[in-house]
Amino acid sequence: MNPQFEHLYEALSKVDGYIYPNEIELSWSILIVLYPFITGLVAGAFILASLERVFNVKALRPTYVIALLTAFAFMLVATMPLIFHLGQPLRAWEIMITPHLTSAMAIFGFVYLWYLMVVLLLEIWFDYRADMVVWSKDAKGLKKWLYKAFSLGINDASPESRKWDDKLGYIVTVIGIPSAFLLHGYVGFIFGSIKANPWWSTVMMPVIFLFSAMVSGIALVMLVFMVLNYVRRQKIDMLCLDTIAKYLFYIIIIDFTLESLDQIHRFYEAEESFEIISLLMSGKLFVTLLIFQILLGMIIPLITLGTLQFFKPKEKIRQAIYFVTGLLVLFGIFFMRWNVVIGGQLFSKSFYGFTSFKLSLIGPEGFLMASIWLVIPFLILAFLLWLFPPWKKTQHEHLPAE
Amino acid sequence: MKNVKENQSRRKFIRNAGMTLGTLLVTSAIPSFNAVLFAANKPKGKGVWYGIAIDIEKCIGCGNCAKSCKIENDVPQEPFFFRNWVEQYTIKHDGSIVVESPNGGIDGFTQSVPDAEIEKSFFVPKMCNHCAKSPCVQVCPVGATFETPDGVVLVDEKYCIGCRYCVQACPYGCRYIHPTKNVVDKCTLCYHRLKKGLMPACMQNCPTQARISGDLNDPESEVSKFVKTKNVYVLKPHLNTGSKLYYNALNQEVR
Amino acid sequence: MPVQLKRLLILGVVLFSVFLLFKYLLTPASFGQYGHYRGLALEENAALTAKYTGSEACYDCHDSIVAVKNESLHSSIACESCHGPGFKHIEDPENEKMDQPDSREFCAHCHAFNKARPEKAITQQDIREHNPDEKCIECHNPHQPQQ
Repeated sequence: MNPQFEHLYEALSKVDGYIYPNEIELSWSILIVLYPFITGLVAGAFILASLERVFNVKALRPTYVIALLTAFAFMLVATMPLIFHLGQPLRAWEIMITPHLTSAMAIFGFVYLWYLMVVLLLEIWFDYRADMVVWSKDAKGLKKWLYKAFSLGINDASPESRKWDDKLGYIVTVIGIPSAFLLHGYVGFIFGSIKANPWWSTVMMPVIFLFSAMVSGIALVMLVFMVLNYVRRQKIDMLCLDTIAKYLFYIIIIDFTLESLDQIHRFYEAEESFEIISLLMSGKLFVTLLIFQILLGMIIPLITLGTLQFFKPKEKIRQAIYFVTGLLVLFGIFFMRWNVVIGGQLFSKSFYGFTSFKLSLIGPEGFLMASIWLVIPFLILAFLLWLFPPWKKTQHEHLPAE
Repeated sequence: MKNVKENQSRRKFIRNAGMTLGTLLVTSAIPSFNAVLFAANKPKGKGVWYGIAIDIEKCIGCGNCAKSCKIENDVPQEPFFFRNWVEQYTIKHDGSIVVESPNGGIDGFTQSVPDAEIEKSFFVPKMCNHCAKSPCVQVCPVGATFETPDGVVLVDEKYCIGCRYCVQACPYGCRYIHPTKNVVDKCTLCYHRLKKGLMPACMQNCPTQARISGDLNDPESEVSKFVKTKNVYVLKPHLNTGSKLYYNALNQEVR
Repeated sequence: MPVQLKRLLILGVVLFSVFLLFKYLLTPASFGQYGHYRGLALEENAALTAKYTGSEACYDCHDSIVAVKNESLHSSIACESCHGPGFKHIEDPENEKMDQPDSREFCAHCHAFNKARPEKAITQQDIREHNPDEKCIECHNPHQPQQ
């Protein structure tokens, strides 16, 4: 037996009921789980940053730059799992050169580039431009040259030019919020527009993806903020942390409501696919959906964060609770993506049976490779924090929103 | 009084006759409505427009179609890759349904349900529906899968990036990723054979001529006659894929 | 206009031009000929080898057998349905031989009892009971099955 097909023969022996013969292999695996997870983190982190800038939530000021850099670090990696899962990665450029405009996926290249280049990069650039000019004078070696290159050879750090930075940066942020919504709502549309798959095909999908993105992004920035303060042995700004947690709590409530609405609607309408989907939820997805996603990722964080809205125990305890809750939320949202992507392929489009999925440890679609794609953004973030330390920036308030 | 009434009724008659005549004139200008073909969104051009017809009453489940397709089109022999396959549906007395397709039917079928429990049983050959409104063509991000002017859905294997979005979008499970080419693969209706004046391999090798293909634009073609004279049905019509694979005697249980 | 906006605009124009240049250079020549795809893909698909040649090709050499088969109950069955694809055999009939299946299982693909087989359409046998130790073709000539 060709070892290439060993896992397929194993899956074949585990088929439950009837599936179309081509459905034994899952087309989309862990890498496509990572893709909405990572883009979700980007969109969520960015929206947290814009809370401070556009909606003028002053308490969130210390997280502004961290959130932007986190979003940027993950954004740089967002396309990698996608490209590596392609059967022909070297042809990936075709999606930019001859995009087929009726395909949700074809637009990805443009949405991604718009968001990366026009929104994230520009906003960070306007925020750091004057600092880079100042730093380039003292820095040595590589750093000096990087600053010079990144400031596009501009030497002006006058208050006048900073005012322009602020103004232009503000405009970018305002454009950025709908862009962030577009980016992740669009990722939801990739799944939500597949009418062949009743587990995906719901108009709610983009909205659910958007709000779960905000949940995961805010949780991630909260964790990064805490770890960063811990590593730098700084006292954590508790007002800021409590505010993040408050927003996290609100968004989880919205997300939970939307997801529940979607499921209730599905159950109440009970269409042709209802039987197979309820079997899916109570069987193959029981652990990842009901335990991981809903209980650990939603209900427990709702309880802990909700409680902390009314009772304020000591700072250390609050920090510990926030930390654990943040991890749980990220874990839960990861499995939300898992349940959408993997869950949607476990049942046959004939609605007569199930295939099975086993995550392998090695190989391009394996657990280790997936973990690497989740570690690299943190390395990039560390590099960005080294090159652009937020704590060395000249302190100045953003212009108040006009 | 009487005169007035007569006048009124005459006027009414003239008006009604005029309306009827007018309606007849207008409607006769509109081409007649054909529900089945309408569902497939008939294109404007003339030329050949391929459709497929499968007669379930003629299918004996020999699996020749699936076997010869794999040979003709270099489809890997492993039981996970099929351009076409045969399913056996068995409906038991208690109403439960058993569906089987061991190796796509290539090695033949051995009945797994005892005769005594069977209410009815039948074979359903499956293949690409060559939809007129193909969800797979719609989602291809680069234009590597497309509908030819004559209505065949093809893959450009030199251009496909292997993203598998079309595999997800096909409601009929007719696409797979070719394990050595690393691009998507599917039924081409043996486009290369059609262009050489041959029948698709599955149809040539069907011992009972249960499957035919031909020009839906030609009212005299076998397929057109099949569609008009038989009680045909397409798979998953609610998805509005414009399927051009018409089954005779298809049961509702088939999905 | 502030200097940073000027620089960014120049950079943006440069990047966009590079993109347009790549789009121009990389788009395949026949792309868009018939629709949003490579027009050449049609020809490439059409150029593939047909492996099943059709029964007409058999008639040139094996006319007597084809004639017998065409008069029999198996008249509707193409030669290559049982004998496999003939494209190599046509080129080199001496060395490339056709399949000559003779197993009971092969006949059973069509003729074994199965509730799903339409009774009128095909003769069916219980192949476990019907002379289990002998090959079908010892009694039945596949080209003239009624005898």
